[in-house]
Amino acid sequence: MRTQCKLAASGMVIALAGAAIAQTAAPRPPYILPTQVAARDGAGVYREVCAACHMPDGKGAIGAGAYPALTNNEKLEVAGYPIALILNGQRAMPGFGRMLDDQQVAAVTAYIRTNFGNRFTGAVRADDVKTMR
Amino acid sequence: MDDESAAPQTRRDLLAMIGTVAGGAVMYQAMTSLGHAEESPYTGPIRLEGDPRGASVLILGAGLAGMVAALELRKAGYQVQVLEYQDRLGGRNWTLRGGDTFTELGGETQTCRFDPGLYINPGPWRVPYHHHGFLDYAKRLGVRLEPFVQVNHNAYAHSANAYGGKPKRFREVQADFIGNVAEMLAKAANQDKLDQPLSKDDKDALLAALRSWGALDGNYTYRESLATSDRRGFERDPGGGLAGPPQTSKPLERNELMRSGLWRTLITGMVHEFQTTIFQPVGGMDMLGKALAREVGGLVRMNAKVTKIHQDPSGVTVTYTDTKAGGAPQTTKADWCLCTIPLSILSQIEINVGSKMAAGIDAASAYDASVKVGLQFRRRFWEQDDAIFGGISTTDLPIRQISYPSSDFFSDGKGVLLGAYPYNGPAAYLLSAMSAEQRVRKAVEDGSKIHPQYPQEFENGVSVAWHRIPWTLGCAASWPGETRKQHYADLCAIDGRIALAGEHLSYLPAWQEGAILSSLDAITRLHKRIVGGN
Repeated sequence: MRTQCKLAASGMVIALAGAAIAQTAAPRPPYILPTQVAARDGAGVYREVCAACHMPDGKGAIGAGAYPALTNNEKLEVAGYPIALILNGQRAMPGFGRMLDDQQVAAVTAYIRTNFGNRFTGAVRADDVKTMR
Repeated sequence: MDDESAAPQTRRDLLAMIGTVAGGAVMYQAMTSLGHAEESPYTGPIRLEGDPRGASVLILGAGLAGMVAALELRKAGYQVQVLEYQDRLGGRNWTLRGGDTFTELGGETQTCRFDPGLYINPGPWRVPYHHHGFLDYAKRLGVRLEPFVQVNHNAYAHSANAYGGKPKRFREVQADFIGNVAEMLAKAANQDKLDQPLSKDDKDALLAALRSWGALDGNYTYRESLATSDRRGFERDPGGGLAGPPQTSKPLERNELMRSGLWRTLITGMVHEFQTTIFQPVGGMDMLGKALAREVGGLVRMNAKVTKIHQDPSGVTVTYTDTKAGGAPQTTKADWCLCTIPLSILSQIEINVGSKMAAGIDAASAYDASVKVGLQFRRRFWEQDDAIFGGISTTDLPIRQISYPSSDFFSDGKGVLLGAYPYNGPAAYLLSAMSAEQRVRKAVEDGSKIHPQYPQEFENGVSVAWHRIPWTLGCAASWPGETRKQHYADLCAIDGRIALAGEHLSYLPAWQEGAILSSLDAITRLHKRIVGGN
């Protein structure tokens, strides 16, 4: 339910063109273990997190259960859909809202929407993610 | 498991903080209230009394939960059949030895190249003394156990961001952390700066305790001395004859120690699940799975991928395909079904259960992430050079821990280390997302920061990323946020002719004890319903 409400609110997500502005994560005192993914760019976040299940080539995988392919995936057309899944998870997919900040979620969403055979237009901004948290 | 979730302040961090600040008793209380540290309520072999009158039960999954159920239900007079996806029995009760081959999702096949006698347990690897269910099945089935070394005072604590990346010994961190905290508290008490005034008697008692606990001197100071070196270790150990006099060691500076985070290594062994004594089966964790397989293996059909579970008033029909032989989907039927398939998989299988169970299956199906890497070395340099016999070194590098074998001490031969074991958090995903070869390389690279002998002595490695394991899609049930409160009872309740079981339906997630207790609880209730006719 929560996800659906947030999806509805995300009509504004498909927004202006332009690359995401790189930001650095908040500094972490050395006595706290890292809780944030290190990579800042979309390709890097994909490589360090998403590729675990969706695989480096985005093709997903099938065993007793399956991981959906991201290749040529029409569900990525509305950016709010992948953003909601990345933040909150769905079924076997854990939510990554705590491990990724708004900028990282925006960057990796933009990455999967423009790679693996996907050619969806429209930039994804950190503010778009923020409104969906 | 050393859970390290993504929350800024994780449950384990919180527990660490409580434990650090307030001591074990308060931490235990906090852990109990957070749903951990429950003593296993196992009270001995279950007795399923009453005649099932030929009723049949179809069990899905031949891990510990499924095989324990098969054993007990057959004994009680049921007709039992089991379907298993893999071509191996035991599920996450699994040991990798030389020659073993497995394929992760994504298609990468690894063949373990360890020498004979060497192994790693990619799943569960230790059994607390209070996991009475596991221990009882091990005893009944003749599985020999030996001590698992959890805390080793001579193992290392390492941070890439402290002490120039040079590791410290556990004993140094422990003695200096306790000593400094004791000194600060004693000084505050002496100056009447505690939050509440103490009577003279109470203050004297506290001061006596702190002096003893922290190895403080007569002025309640923690400083270099024979007494503190007796805790943290000597620069030169006491000896005999003319070479006898010991040389004391210098404690670590307090603020630098606090900032280092190395104190994190002190906590795990204080947690109920990791307290002495802990056991492991001699020769590998799968000794229990193999023992169960000897008992009930004949009831199991392997290579069966379940695609549909359908119940109606006459029974439960399960559709499956044979992953090896192929061919058209097949069906099998029984009066009742015990489903031990992980929720991560079950959430993708068509099943006609009520809306409450269905909602629970969806909500609780995202599993924890973890990775284990096993590394074979030419010699046991950690014993020969570092005097580390079993136990665990910890680090803030992505490998998170190095565990040394708890058996075959002083062997002149080769040895296998657990070279990485991150549990949740970015490190677990980072390693999961790598190829098997990259993970092994990363484990060698990170481990070299703690043991410079690695590059010289390394021979081969094997790794398991649990999110890439085709039959679990993760390591163990995660129960994030409020999901347990909302769905746990609905998932445990029998839905028509279907009951669920596994570690996911226990308060000991990721532990084999949870799988066993969940299974026994489910079949006890199922049996009551069947013989009671209600």
